[in-house]
Amino acid sequence: MSEMALPRSIALVGNPNCGKTALFNRLTGSRQKVANYAGVTVERKEGVLNLPSGRRVRVLDLPGAYSLNATSPDEAVTRDVCLGRHPDETLPDLLLCVADATNLRLHLRFVLELRRLGRPMILALNMADAARKRGIRIDIAALQTELGFPVVETIAIQRDGAQDLLARLDGQLPAVPPAPEADLDVHAETRRLIAHAVTMPAPTSPRDAAIDRWVLHPVVGVLILIAVMVLMFQAVFSWATPFQDAINAAVGWLTGVVSSLLPEGMLRGLLTDGIIAGVGSVLVFLPQIIILFFFILVLEESGYLPRAAFLLDRLMTSSGLSGRAFIPLLSSFACAIPGIMATRSIPDPRDRLLTILVAPMMTCSARWPVYTLLVSAFVPDRRIGFLGLQGLVMFALVIGGIAGALAVSLISRFLGRKLAEHALLLEIPAWRLPNWRDVLIGLRERAVIFLRRAGTLILALSVLLWVLSTFPTPPADWTRPAIDYSFAGRIGHALAILFSPIGFNWQICVALIPGLAAREAAVAGLASVYAVSAASEDATAAALGQALSTQWSLATAMALLAWYIFAPQCLATIAVVRRESGSLKTTILATLLLAGMAYCASFFAYHITLALS
Amino acid sequence: MILSSTILMTLADLPLGTPTIVRNVVPQNPQDSIAARLKDLGFVAGEPVSLVAFGPFGADPLLVQIGFTRFALRRSEAARVEVENV
Repeated sequence: MSEMALPRSIALVGNPNCGKTALFNRLTGSRQKVANYAGVTVERKEGVLNLPSGRRVRVLDLPGAYSLNATSPDEAVTRDVCLGRHPDETLPDLLLCVADATNLRLHLRFVLELRRLGRPMILALNMADAARKRGIRIDIAALQTELGFPVVETIAIQRDGAQDLLARLDGQLPAVPPAPEADLDVHAETRRLIAHAVTMPAPTSPRDAAIDRWVLHPVVGVLILIAVMVLMFQAVFSWATPFQDAINAAVGWLTGVVSSLLPEGMLRGLLTDGIIAGVGSVLVFLPQIIILFFFILVLEESGYLPRAAFLLDRLMTSSGLSGRAFIPLLSSFACAIPGIMATRSIPDPRDRLLTILVAPMMTCSARWPVYTLLVSAFVPDRRIGFLGLQGLVMFALVIGGIAGALAVSLISRFLGRKLAEHALLLEIPAWRLPNWRDVLIGLRERAVIFLRRAGTLILALSVLLWVLSTFPTPPADWTRPAIDYSFAGRIGHALAILFSPIGFNWQICVALIPGLAAREAAVAGLASVYAVSAASEDATAAALGQALSTQWSLATAMALLAWYIFAPQCLATIAVVRRESGSLKTTILATLLLAGMAYCASFFAYHITLALS
Repeated sequence: MILSSTILMTLADLPLGTPTIVRNVVPQNPQDSIAARLKDLGFVAGEPVSLVAFGPFGADPLLVQIGFTRFALRRSEAARVEVENV
């Protein structure tokens, strides 16, 4: 039948965290995200493999699954594709099963389950290097004979780590493996195969056991977790400073050059007050974003995240969240959008919805510019012991978001539909040394995303805001500041009626509008508004900080910080909540909830600070 | 003095490090998806299993070594797994 056929489409399928995506990237030259925990890939991804013979094959990367008996939305995608039931995918010609060579007791069972489908298969024993290092010996030939389909070793993270696989894929489609007896017990068969073909010196690596004795220790482990978080926030603040000073100096220099070259007028105003002030004020946060992502990527690659989930599970469940929510919530510190998408690995619909609801409260990287600007302008740069006060305030803002999330889940539990039991069942992977090349690629990607946003979205918003705050120009007999006559001035003053109870002046109200498109654009907005109204030559973020610290009360700054912990900003996040929850009602509820929390938090922050100062 | 060599208990009752083998996974209801998933993950009769660590708050969750893999399981989940001494 298909004996002579060549495969045209391949699907990568296997247990979570066996390196399918790394192998997919190796085969197709893609750069899909990889990390060391289960559930990084939650949707199918497509790529093209160019075989040595020049033939092109379509490759599909599927979310990891423990079984075809799916328990979460991401596993259901894999099941449907493998069974040919997926609405948008045809049945792949070849199943490329990927198994972690160090974890065969678990992974072979799923391979045997897939064999029952009666489709052409190849088994790739991935992480062959890690297996060899641990002294694990696998008799490939014996395994191949017993399974009845080809088996190859791969090292997805090595340049030539997929040579054998490529050679095999370039040949004929392998024959459908002979059907096993109908009542074959896959667990017993797995045990038999391992006894037959695998020599395993120790069930887990002794090195991992030694590290975990401390990292998962009830006291030491929690201290390590706190230390890692504090170090991260301190580093983002203090390591970035020299780079930020350099960017500030460059922006100031550029403003000076433009001002000296161009005559006083509209064009100069647009360039210095609009574009340079707006984009420059955001650009200066690039070093912080890079350092933040360096920590996130290293934590992801090493395998620390599931361990942190293990340590925090009880705290999270006692507030009504699942320990499974930890990783989506942690991803939300980069950006709520991938965080909300990562909730697809949460099996229980109620858990998943609650996680989607609170994910936007995690401190995403777009909030850092706003936080940093205000914290450096209003919080004195003092040290408490060896910790900087500014870093501690940042830490408190992040904790504020987490506390809000816990409060919401507690309340939802109280209002509560009765608590069904929600599984944790979280695999704790082997420790892995971060692959520095992957970390660098990840950092470059984040830097490019940040710069592209600054060069497009933020630039456009800055120009728009400059136009709004410059036109219409006031008549000759106008005595108040010119900006009060402009569109921006009028909009700001109108909105200020709504926001003055929480201490926002009209300039903040103007800046909130571009902040809807991108949170960090609020900084650009403030920079533009203050640059236009002050007509100052110095449009750097440092100058903006100075302007704010002289013109705002401490209470106003605290109110704006509190607002930003919760505010339902960035329309893209709301759109993703809509898509992932599949319900307009939920989306509106989430938006109103966040707006209400933001308003209340600002109100209290403002009035408490006023009363204290 | 002659005791039976096996004492029946669940995974949730085990002290750290005691080597045992799985005897059975007991579903709590006919549609117990957690019990089904535990079986898929390798919690089947005859499989060696032991506890590696306890979570810091209320000694929950449990870190369980089964086969070559380690899973974090809540006590309520582990209570479905009956084990016996080796």
